[in-house]
Amino acid sequence: MELTELKKKANDIRIDIVDMIAQAGSGHPGGSLSAAEIVTALYFGGVLDHDPANPSKKGRDRFILSKGHAAPALYAALAEAGYFPKEELATLRKLHSRLQGHPDCRKLPGVEASTGSLGQGLSIAAGIACGLRINQEQGTVFALMGDGETQEGQIWEAAMFAAHMKLDNLVGIVDHNRLQIDGKIAEVCSPEDLGDKFRAFGWQVFVCDGNDMESVLDTLASAKASRSGVPVAVIAETTKGKGVSFMEDQAGWHGKAPNASQREEALAELCGKEAN
Amino acid sequence: MADKKATRAAFGETLVELADAGIPVCAVEADLSGSTTTNKLKAAHPERFFNVGIAEQNMVAVAGGLSLTGQIPFTGSFAVFGTGRVYDQIRNTVCYANLNVKIAPTHAGVSVGPDGGTHQMVEDIALMRVLPNMKVLVPADFNSAKAAIRLAAQTPGPVYVRMGRASVPQVYGEDAEMTLGGSRILREGSDVSIIACGIEIDQALKAADILAQQGVSAQVIDAYCVKPLDEETVLCSVAKTGCVVTAEEHSIIGGLGGAVAELLAEKAPAPLERIGMKDCFGTSGEFDDLMAEFGLDASSIAQAALRAIARK
Repeated sequence: MELTELKKKANDIRIDIVDMIAQAGSGHPGGSLSAAEIVTALYFGGVLDHDPANPSKKGRDRFILSKGHAAPALYAALAEAGYFPKEELATLRKLHSRLQGHPDCRKLPGVEASTGSLGQGLSIAAGIACGLRINQEQGTVFALMGDGETQEGQIWEAAMFAAHMKLDNLVGIVDHNRLQIDGKIAEVCSPEDLGDKFRAFGWQVFVCDGNDMESVLDTLASAKASRSGVPVAVIAETTKGKGVSFMEDQAGWHGKAPNASQREEALAELCGKEAN
Repeated sequence: MADKKATRAAFGETLVELADAGIPVCAVEADLSGSTTTNKLKAAHPERFFNVGIAEQNMVAVAGGLSLTGQIPFTGSFAVFGTGRVYDQIRNTVCYANLNVKIAPTHAGVSVGPDGGTHQMVEDIALMRVLPNMKVLVPADFNSAKAAIRLAAQTPGPVYVRMGRASVPQVYGEDAEMTLGGSRILREGSDVSIIACGIEIDQALKAADILAQQGVSAQVIDAYCVKPLDEETVLCSVAKTGCVVTAEEHSIIGGLGGAVAELLAEKAPAPLERIGMKDCFGTSGEFDDLMAEFGLDASSIAQAALRAIARK
């Protein structure tokens, strides 16, 4: 997919995110919107080797959404890619829906692991990376963490283990939007400097503008290609709520659904970008 | 079969046998491979052994990841760390997704001995039993522990296998086999049902001997599969004897005693006495002394049987 198309796809994913959370009446728009370019690059930019017609294809790359509350971003990408009908996005968080509030790998094709309790996805990804090594499979495993999520001690248990095991088939991405529920991560309980910390744990660290399509695409492709005997961390500098002006950089939009008029305003802004 | 052997000794040995047979088992250990015996798998199949260091949360979720590639991972560590410390990882990563992960810590119960109450896990059966998708196996001796590891490996989804540190008498022969949802009647009797699991099986059989000397006939059932419980065998036994004693090296709350109490209350109310830790932590001491201290020994079971019979 060309860069222009990818930018449009990221915008489509933002429209899906806002629309489905508004229809659900609850959910997490801020950290879903900040990750739109990341999931777009993975699923549409040729980073992930995946097949919507055969979600369990042998040799595929895998994506683990460790920050499971950003499920709308993942669901939008999977639906846009054809894992399930787009109409199903409207069932988010509703009774009997396959689109649970947090991803459920037993229900929805394309979801590689059930996540939602923060801090566990990097370990799951490291375990998959070990299993692929035993199976002599080539795939790369990507895990997307929140920056607030790195306050969980288990992230650093996994970081230590992955470096010790020389898991160069593992890429950990941090959605560095600098906000968590209670405010700025630097003020709540700072996990900074995240790049320095991953480096200290023995990881190779790349930094990119996580809301710039080209930067994200190039960095994730390089991270996948690296295979230098160490795992790779990508610190993606993002803006929480990106793309919807009144949500941008506001901790209050971490876990709140837009009401009808806010939905209209957000969609008007995003659709305006579409027209341009 | 007089030789004593610890249930934990079965762990690594059986993993090696399974791996030798081409079954894709792995061990994910947290710095206790000598104690849990998973070091045997490390020696025989190093590529199937993962030591995460003293990081149990990572241990469980790495096992979850391994299972997503078709491996059959067994976690190690001690029961107190391997269940309680990582309850959320077992709940959300393993059980919620019904992953094919086996939680198999050793050093459960007060039989850990001198290390004391911090290390004597007496709530693990309760914690694991309440989790959807989880199955719970509590082997009585070395041979049945081998059977439990084999059964866990061939049973899809999460399975908890509870093993201990102390050497205990052999109850089963080398041909011991377990079935999911099964139990084993070890002694026939008509006056009282003694339903036990784990190392309390040895005590239950001794209690039956004590009772026999007093002219009391006790049926002894090894309820090695605490979940799913063999309800049919329990109900059939109670229909015959009319009263029950449960015995476990675990809290009387939420474990085997809890499971039997729930079953009887719903389907066949009968006098019940529960032998186990009475809502308390353990303490430092030697195995035999602790069994007496907490009323887990054969004479305590025999006395409970007489109380149950008197309530009929």
